[in-house]
Amino acid sequence: MNQTVAVELKGITKTFGTVVANEKVNLTVQKGEIHALLGENGAGKSTLVNMLSGLYSPDGGYIYIRGKRVQLTSPKQAIEYGIGMVHQHFKLVESFTAKENIIAGKRDTWFTTHKHIEDKILSLCEKYDLKVELSKRVEDMSVGEKQMLEIIKVLYQGADILILDEPTAVLTPQEVERLFNIIRKMKEQDCAVILITHKLHEVMAICDKVSVLRRGENVATVKIAETTPTQLVELMVGRPTDLAIQNYKVAFGEPIYKVNNLTVKDKENVSVLDQVSFVMNTGEILGVAGVAGSGQKELCEALCGTSKISSGELIFKEQHLEGKSPREIYNRGIHIGFVPEDRLGMGLVGNMGIVDNLLLKEYYIQQGLLVNRKGLKDKANNLIHTLEVKTPGIDHPVKQLSGGNIQKVLIGRELALSPDVLVTSYPVRGLDIGAAYQIYDLLNKEKQKGVSILFVGEDLDVLMQISDRILVLCDGKVTGLVNAREITKEALGLMMAGHVQEEGGDYSGNKSYKNA
Amino acid sequence: MGIKVIKTPECSKRKKVWIQMGAILAALVITSLFIMAIGHNPFKVYFSMLEGALGTPYRLKETLVKVIPLLITALGIAVAFKMKFWNIGAEGQILMGAFGASYMALNFDYLPKVVVLTMMIIAGMICGGLWGLIPGYLKAQFNTNETIITLMMNYIALKWIIYLQYGPWKDPSSLGFPKVANFKDSATLPNVFGVHIGWILALILVIIIYIFLNHTKKGYEITVLGESENTARYAGIHVKNVILIAIFISGALAGLSGMIEASAVSNTLNMEVAGGMGYSAIIVAWLSGLSAPIIAIVAVLFAVLIQGGAYIQTAFQIPQSAADIIQAMILFCVLGSQFFIQYKIVFYKYTLHSEKGGHTI
Repeated sequence: MNQTVAVELKGITKTFGTVVANEKVNLTVQKGEIHALLGENGAGKSTLVNMLSGLYSPDGGYIYIRGKRVQLTSPKQAIEYGIGMVHQHFKLVESFTAKENIIAGKRDTWFTTHKHIEDKILSLCEKYDLKVELSKRVEDMSVGEKQMLEIIKVLYQGADILILDEPTAVLTPQEVERLFNIIRKMKEQDCAVILITHKLHEVMAICDKVSVLRRGENVATVKIAETTPTQLVELMVGRPTDLAIQNYKVAFGEPIYKVNNLTVKDKENVSVLDQVSFVMNTGEILGVAGVAGSGQKELCEALCGTSKISSGELIFKEQHLEGKSPREIYNRGIHIGFVPEDRLGMGLVGNMGIVDNLLLKEYYIQQGLLVNRKGLKDKANNLIHTLEVKTPGIDHPVKQLSGGNIQKVLIGRELALSPDVLVTSYPVRGLDIGAAYQIYDLLNKEKQKGVSILFVGEDLDVLMQISDRILVLCDGKVTGLVNAREITKEALGLMMAGHVQEEGGDYSGNKSYKNA
Repeated sequence: MGIKVIKTPECSKRKKVWIQMGAILAALVITSLFIMAIGHNPFKVYFSMLEGALGTPYRLKETLVKVIPLLITALGIAVAFKMKFWNIGAEGQILMGAFGASYMALNFDYLPKVVVLTMMIIAGMICGGLWGLIPGYLKAQFNTNETIITLMMNYIALKWIIYLQYGPWKDPSSLGFPKVANFKDSATLPNVFGVHIGWILALILVIIIYIFLNHTKKGYEITVLGESENTARYAGIHVKNVILIAIFISGALAGLSGMIEASAVSNTLNMEVAGGMGYSAIIVAWLSGLSAPIIAIVAVLFAVLIQGGAYIQTAFQIPQSAADIIQAMILFCVLGSQFFIQYKIVFYKYTLHSEKGGHTI
């Protein structure tokens, strides 16, 4: 057995009930190698690494660590073999300090105050260029700090095989760069790093090798130097796919929805949106960028009238909408479509079929006390036909459909009401590439019809391609409103981190966009 | 070998029926062992349970009288449960409904029968509805836990009735015996085909509630709200109003049961007027999957079980507790079978190190 091999998986199979999550997966990761696991949602990436980190046991196959066959039955055992995992959702104790979190689960002495513990942590930090305030409580930390702490934790426990599950999803571009530097340091120290992601440019930027999973199988392992993003997408999806998002210029954009000094406070009376002002124009996609939890959700709900605002103005073509419920807005003849982030928990009723879900936005317009489902059957069939929704039937519970089909039902319903303004929140999150592109297409078509679209997104590459302007939020404040064609990712990243865009842009929204 | 419990994606209707039939069969088998242990022939006991509930016209009528309040209360509970408002308070709502109806019966019995009965029905439904509205309001306004509050309010209602029975409403002509005066004929529900008219009300209500939940706007709103409050808010549904309306309907139906029991069965107000019916109705509603027509069927089966259980006590001279055990065993199996609707148990061979890497079930 080659001594430079850190991890070797042979014929790993895992099934959940009737679902095959992994089938005969082979994977080899060398020491000092950054290995990406790439694949669409549900391709089996997380299941695979969960077996490596001892959370699941494989139903078949072998795991070798440094050439030795092992049977991992618990995360504790995995860490004894030097396998450390940084989960997408951090596993930290909020009320503990950084130091307490680091030593939790790995207690060398009875007391936590020993000097050598701190020395050991600090020397680790120096080695890998990490930074941490040992006495800071997790609840006071930013997302970036928490992630740093997670990494220190697994390194302290002696891991030299690191698994990072979608580590960049919650970071600004600058934080991503810092993380990549740390990962490169690990590589220098001969650690093996397994990076789970679905962002291609990250794979290309930092990894040495990439294994592509599709439907639970490892379809290919290739060297980064010998592949291209296009090839990787083809491997992921299983067919050639065009990666460019169409962006259509629409000649006339008129201001339609004005937001002035919008402030929203949460239950603890903390401002989650603070003096937000912008204008939405017809025939335009206004992107919203920001780290998760910067006020995007509150903004969408305020625009649609589903949640209360504390102060500020919402003006739709001269009409004030602040304090109005969704129905009052609708009754004024103003159609605001809303595709919320939480599709099944908010936009749709998971246990109902398409017909009853269409009813959600129509029943109160109908006459009389009874609901009328007759006309909706045709609409449902129409929706299935035009958006190519795959479902066993129009009354089949929508929660049993795939993510892409669920989203099509939701967007289809909102579009069927011919909205003037369409608010979409993470509309492609969790969708496979094919479905995502169908959604981009749909949105672009609406834009061409003159609909004013708000697009809350997380992938800056997508945002910069599909949007006309981008509004950047940080901690509920607007830190920038920029032209999507003229901005760089780095500049957006700075704004997402709270650096306010310098004055002088023509895009503050008070002017009509056609001048820009 | 290993055993795993796996969540099943969705159970077909036919499979559900099979599982529940299997559960009843299992219950009968297990109960048979118990019956044999106490020295009786299980087949004879089961047969006489049926006989006791349905064997003669008189027994059949008695069983039907038990079905009526169970059915109406379960319909009410279904309305609240559809909204995932866990109304455990039907017992108290029945009592308060009986209280409201009794107030009318005792004070206005000089009016024509139709008028008195109508007033009793309205008062019963309003009292039951208002008793439900209290936890409903607390939930809508302060997001309190309705399970605890509805349950606690049952005891308040019960003590209130006991207070009336032993105190201000005690019949002076009962020679010191703590009982409320019997209703006059004008406050007693008439019989139709030998059973009081409540059965017609119950059947009408099955249809009304079915239409209400499945085909009206309010019913739709209740269902949406039960599925997800966020979705309801998103759709522009006035969440607080819907909670209040649904729980009022739920309580009002229980209150109607209370009125029927007081008027037609006990002919007076006493603390036994609900007699655990409010709790049994929860089981009926739940087993029926909150569907009105099925509630009607399950209510009949449940009443047969109760009446049959009572009959075998006298027929076989077995103690009441033994009859209760038989009832409980059947319920336990049927309710327990819900587990097999949601999960399945898989036996598998552990083949971690098989060369093929296969997985066999």
